Amino acid sequence: MSEPSVAATAPAVDLADGEWHRLHPATPVLRGGFAFVAIAGFVLANLRERILGLFLGGGPNDVPGGDPIDLIVRRGLIPLALVVVLVVLLVIIAIFWLSWRVHSFRITDELVEVRSGILFRTNRRGRLDRIQGINVGRPLFARLFGAARLDINVAGHDANVPLAYLSGRNADALRRLILQRASGSREAGGAAAQVEHDGSLGGMVTQRAREFVAPELDPQLARPEAVVAMHPGRLLGSTVLHDRTVVFVLLVIAAAVLASAAHMFFVLFGVVPLLLGVGSQIVRRFSRSLRYSIAATPDGVRVGYGLLSTNNETIPPGRIHSVEIRQPLLWRPADWWEARINLASHSDRQEGGRRTSTILPVGSRAEVFRVLELVLPGIVGDGSRQLVVSGLARAAAGDGYTTSPRRAAVLRWFSWRRNGFALEPEGVLLRRGAIWRSLVVVPTARMQSVSLRQGPLLRMLRLADVHVHTVAGPIRATLDDLDAAVAAGFFGEVAATGIASAQRENVAHRDNRVSWQGMSRSHE
Amino acid sequence: MIDTTDSPAAPRGGLDPVPGDWRRVSPRYVWVDLVGSIVSGLVTTAASTIPFWVAQLPVLLAIPAVVLVIAIVVAAFTPRRVRAIGYRLRDDDLLVRRGIMFQRFAAVPYGRMQLVDINRGPLARALGLAELRLVTAASASNITVPGLPMADAEQLRDRLVELAESRRAGL
Repeated sequence: MSEPSVAATAPAVDLADGEWHRLHPATPVLRGGFAFVAIAGFVLANLRERILGLFLGGGPNDVPGGDPIDLIVRRGLIPLALVVVLVVLLVIIAIFWLSWRVHSFRITDELVEVRSGILFRTNRRGRLDRIQGINVGRPLFARLFGAARLDINVAGHDANVPLAYLSGRNADALRRLILQRASGSREAGGAAAQVEHDGSLGGMVTQRAREFVAPELDPQLARPEAVVAMHPGRLLGSTVLHDRTVVFVLLVIAAAVLASAAHMFFVLFGVVPLLLGVGSQIVRRFSRSLRYSIAATPDGVRVGYGLLSTNNETIPPGRIHSVEIRQPLLWRPADWWEARINLASHSDRQEGGRRTSTILPVGSRAEVFRVLELVLPGIVGDGSRQLVVSGLARAAAGDGYTTSPRRAAVLRWFSWRRNGFALEPEGVLLRRGAIWRSLVVVPTARMQSVSLRQGPLLRMLRLADVHVHTVAGPIRATLDDLDAAVAAGFFGEVAATGIASAQRENVAHRDNRVSWQGMSRSHE
Repeated sequence: MIDTTDSPAAPRGGLDPVPGDWRRVSPRYVWVDLVGSIVSGLVTTAASTIPFWVAQLPVLLAIPAVVLVIAIVVAAFTPRRVRAIGYRLRDDDLLVRRGIMFQRFAAVPYGRMQLVDINRGPLARALGLAELRLVTAASASNITVPGLPMADAEQLRDRLVELAESRRAGL
């Protein structure tokens, strides 16, 4: 390859050859797109009267006051103003072009590196063997251009290496290739995207259209039995019955009653922003989940989301730090569940959607098991399957969980019977809540530390809390109000199990470099 | 040197998940903790008089009075609280204990430690003390061992880093 700028236009080249490449040429427009539209909208809104006046007759002199445009017109400065606008536009375009020119990336066998910036140069490197997940995001605006954003997440806060934007095919090919490299298999077969290049405009349009409607998951990549499909009816039902929706509806009713009956219209001012926030959350969850899909690929679990702006994340094995299965109250008759995960990487993403923490928006019990088998393959085996079953059910004697004693009923009126734990060599299971049921599974190999706490009130009741520490995320793996002696024993066992599990993983890691459950040491 | 044999007395009815000898922190740390609790107690008491100044109701003076009593009790228990701080290096993890009223035990496997900090405040530095802070990938861990003599803190840090290196376990 001679000239890097070719790389951005012709998708057939190998982007991971260790050379520097540029991004999709439409990148500045896509990145600045929304800002540009917003500015244009702002200007239009401010000039509305003037534009109306232009069409409906009547000169600009009809508008009273001395706003800048009047001034320009009155003093005959129109040519000068046009030149200024033109120069500003040219400068902006030049800056966009320059920022695209200097923004380049390269992918070698070991790392991915991005350099960018005109005045303030930044250079970011990520090691491929430290990857926590790869995300392909296609915001609506970018999808129209056939572009996609590739986010390579490494552990840490905002520690992602974004490649925004690439052409959709390049993004997919690059993801496959990076995951292959990261998993240690060097023979990357057919990594570069092979594009049937049509050339004609009609061909390009049909290709765009095809990309737009194509399913998020390549059916050939996914084992069909592993895929959980989203039924629109169930999604609708679960959205309606979700706690958030119920609260939303109650708020609307309360506000309406207050406003109409008591003539307290000021209530509306307080409630409307809240309603907008909650309402948009509900709508977003629904539209995101409509085309939800999950599948096992050779490189890890792949979760796809989104209707207009799509997002597709691949999580390599062993990167999931905890899983929570929970059930909003009204889902119980239908036996629907929701699953969330904690991951070590958090990236602040404005475009391209947000971090996948919900790994199953709604699913039946059988689907929950299918997802659990995907995300925690070693843990939800034959032995502990029963534990998960009883973790989702009512508490029963001899179901394998050690629960809070009866005296904890003072603090946990309903849930003391269910509030309990089970410890397996590979995972800690924490069962909580009687009204809002939830089950947290922490793989012991991913656990960071464990603590045991007791305050004066718990001391009096001879109770104690155990916190299992995992990386930051939506899930807190804590179990409160256990019997003090039981909690102390649990604390010791969890600590010992965690160490044993980490050691086992280390040994497996040394023996088998291809298994990349752990981290970077395999290369040293 | 740190008194290694004496174990902090377990409070009656409290937790003792792993019985055995705990290493105690330097008794000089009492002064650091005492000054800290006195200063924060005075500041909180001063702040709690604000309702009184605003409303001018004598009843509201009860708030600072209660706060002051709590602060005095907290300060009075300082030596006891410092004696309750303990740590222990086990084969594969570090155990830390703190508190009498609010007890907290934590176990951090050496392989999970991402970094070890030594922090020294002005007063602690005057007394030749340092605080060791352990950071794992979980922000909830947040484990500190205060009141170590400087030499011991450095020695412990080097030991922990060495142990962490030999038992490295990824994330």
